[in-house]
Amino acid sequence: MDLSAINPILLIAALMSAATPILLAATGELVVEKAGILNLGVEGMMIIGAICGFAVAVESGSPVTGFVAAAAGGAVLSLLFALLTQLTLANQVASGLALTLFGLGLSALLGQGYVGVKPPSMPDISFGFLSDLPVIGPIIFGHDPVLYFGLMLVAAVWAVLRFTRAGLVLRAVGENHDAAHALGYKVIRVRTLAIMFGGACAGMGGAYISLIRVPQWTEGMTAGVGWIALALVVFASWKPWRVLLGAYLFGGITQLQLNLQGAGVAIPVEYLAMSPYLITIVVLVILSADKSAAPGSLGRPFHASG
Amino acid sequence: MTALLSLSGLTKAYPGVVANDDVSLEIAPGEVHALLGENGAGKSTLVKMIYGLVKPDQGEMRMRGEAFTPAEPRAARASGVGMVFQHFSLFDALTVAENIALGMENAPAMRALSEQIRQVSDTYGLPLAPDRTVGDLSAGERQRVEIIRCLLQEPKLLIMDEPTSVLTPQEVEILFETLRKLSSEGTAILYISHKLEEIRTLCDAATILRLGKVVGTCVPRETTARDMAEMMVGKVLATPTRAGHSPGEPVLKLSGLSRASPSAFGMPLRDITLTLRRGEVLGIGGVAGNGQDELLAALSGEMISPAGMIAFKGADIGTAGPDARRRLGILAAPEERLGHAAAPDMTLTENAMLTGAEREGLVRNGFLNWPAARDFAERIISTFDVRTPGPGNAARSLSGGNLQKFVIGREVLQRPEVLVVNQPTWGVDASAAAAIRQALLDLATGGAAVIVISQDLDELMEISDRFAALNEGRLSEPLPAQGLSVEQIGLMMGGAHGMEVAHV
Repeated sequence: MDLSAINPILLIAALMSAATPILLAATGELVVEKAGILNLGVEGMMIIGAICGFAVAVESGSPVTGFVAAAAGGAVLSLLFALLTQLTLANQVASGLALTLFGLGLSALLGQGYVGVKPPSMPDISFGFLSDLPVIGPIIFGHDPVLYFGLMLVAAVWAVLRFTRAGLVLRAVGENHDAAHALGYKVIRVRTLAIMFGGACAGMGGAYISLIRVPQWTEGMTAGVGWIALALVVFASWKPWRVLLGAYLFGGITQLQLNLQGAGVAIPVEYLAMSPYLITIVVLVILSADKSAAPGSLGRPFHASG
Repeated sequence: MTALLSLSGLTKAYPGVVANDDVSLEIAPGEVHALLGENGAGKSTLVKMIYGLVKPDQGEMRMRGEAFTPAEPRAARASGVGMVFQHFSLFDALTVAENIALGMENAPAMRALSEQIRQVSDTYGLPLAPDRTVGDLSAGERQRVEIIRCLLQEPKLLIMDEPTSVLTPQEVEILFETLRKLSSEGTAILYISHKLEEIRTLCDAATILRLGKVVGTCVPRETTARDMAEMMVGKVLATPTRAGHSPGEPVLKLSGLSRASPSAFGMPLRDITLTLRRGEVLGIGGVAGNGQDELLAALSGEMISPAGMIAFKGADIGTAGPDARRRLGILAAPEERLGHAAAPDMTLTENAMLTGAEREGLVRNGFLNWPAARDFAERIISTFDVRTPGPGNAARSLSGGNLQKFVIGREVLQRPEVLVVNQPTWGVDASAAAAIRQALLDLATGGAAVIVISQDLDELMEISDRFAALNEGRLSEPLPAQGLSVEQIGLMMGGAHGMEVAHV
């Protein structure tokens, strides 16, 4: 066992990268749930994003185009969910589960020609001399643009939900859709847009795995990250900054346990592997003990009458 | 005076029902105009057309002489129409200011809006703190949020859909003051209610709807409540009557019933002693929240009492649960229709099964007899004139008055020996209320003992043989209802216990 092999600076830098797929997907799902929709299809939208992003990046040679395609792919798949739940009033839980299964299958089909292909890599942003600073250089100024985009997205979602009229209308629709309808707000339109936003975020989260984290394509490579993102939203009490905290905690422990495995710590690998899930959920459960409730209309179907 | 809003020939049909048929009316600036009608007469549809939620099939609306065709509530608000809903359209998790901002077209920044809210609430005597969360407010305060939301738009026409049904008498007073002030400033008010006395004190004119048609107009101050009720119903209202009778032997005895309330904000019952006789109607009055719900729960068996406090025909039943009491013939209809008296999302047949299983023999060896339950539900529907397409409809789909008829009818048809009802005609229109009261009286004539708990003193005086009042969980000595003066009732409700009546 050699704990000195673990470099804390590299560990922190790596956890930020490990957390980004969850962060992107959970932030999107937070907006969806704030609008009163429970979309359990995050995993499916992520894997579709992963293959769309991968394929387009390989064909075009541009990882940025790949991310745009991943967002579009996730959003298009989420439109299927919007169609089922908003227009035909299908059950949201069943539709979300179906979306995940469909996404996993479709992505395997789309990805058949891409197994073993290497995607173009996305360069880190250069901050000039800042990137060379000791300690904070690699931690703060040594990442790819999508990671910074994820952080800005959290801040933007927080600010929009809290300070803008669009955010207020979104929260109102999620809190009481009948009242929002009576006031003349377009409940279905708002929700469809929120679902598409969630799909785009999940798609980018998936592409982050296939283009930056791993970089290659394998079937089912999202490996349950979408489900963690879903749980994160609930345990974070629908608060954007807590989603960030939860995602970094999860990413951090994932990275730490990998390092511990590498260092040969005398704990069975199975315990180490389950630790990120366990610790993230315990911490967020303790945090969510304060008075904070789910959006009032979460998961309830809306049908305009009268 | 030119009319602010004039409607002519408005017609709106839904599949199977014409909600509004050739409706015309005019409202002048500053006028308080009442819209009267039974449940289902088309009042709500009419105001929804004015507010842009529903488009008329035919007919014309004019605002100050110009064509007025709001495509959506936003457009109606922009033309100066504000609406306070019957079921509040508020968001529990948001603050007062956020709720108000959602109802405005061009909401200012939150801080400026909070200041405006404070100003308006001061001007109109409607105290309200902008940063409180709406979920924590009382019914009266919630309504103030809606009213202030409308007032900030400076409406020319304010529509109020049954605004007083959830308010205490004090809150009603405050509301009426505000409405009078608004009207004196030139705001017209379209006021929907079926509380006729309120309309007589507040309104300048009234339009009466029946089955979607205008059947008359009147000046409420010069028309008696009875005449208005008869116009609404379209027939002469039968005052509940009963054959002469003398009370029989005692059936139910409460001796020193004292129980803590099961709810955190409830009122404990304190030392209630009472003897109920066969064939009598005991009316129990009192301001809401003085132990009414707890008394009903203690009698129905929802709340178990220690031995020795409740006796039915000499047998102690305090420790028996609701089913055991139903078997004996002690039935109850609680106040809250949706969620207590009836399960909202279950059908009428299922709801009939829920309380009728014991006495109607709807269960055999643990298996449910659905055909019998459906027959029972159909019997309730036809006997009590419940307006619904059939027993397969969910309880939630019925209007309040219709569901109330169903809930009361369900218990009455089970031939109770003792029936306890709480607020039997709350939110029910005049003819349905008369039918429910008549059913209760007929039940008593048939030999059952009936306890009617109600906020409506007129109702209690009309049907009770004896009257008692609940105050802080104590029950006053029951007195013969006949000849009881308003002062005596007031003293009983105010808590003057055991007051002897000096003059008989």
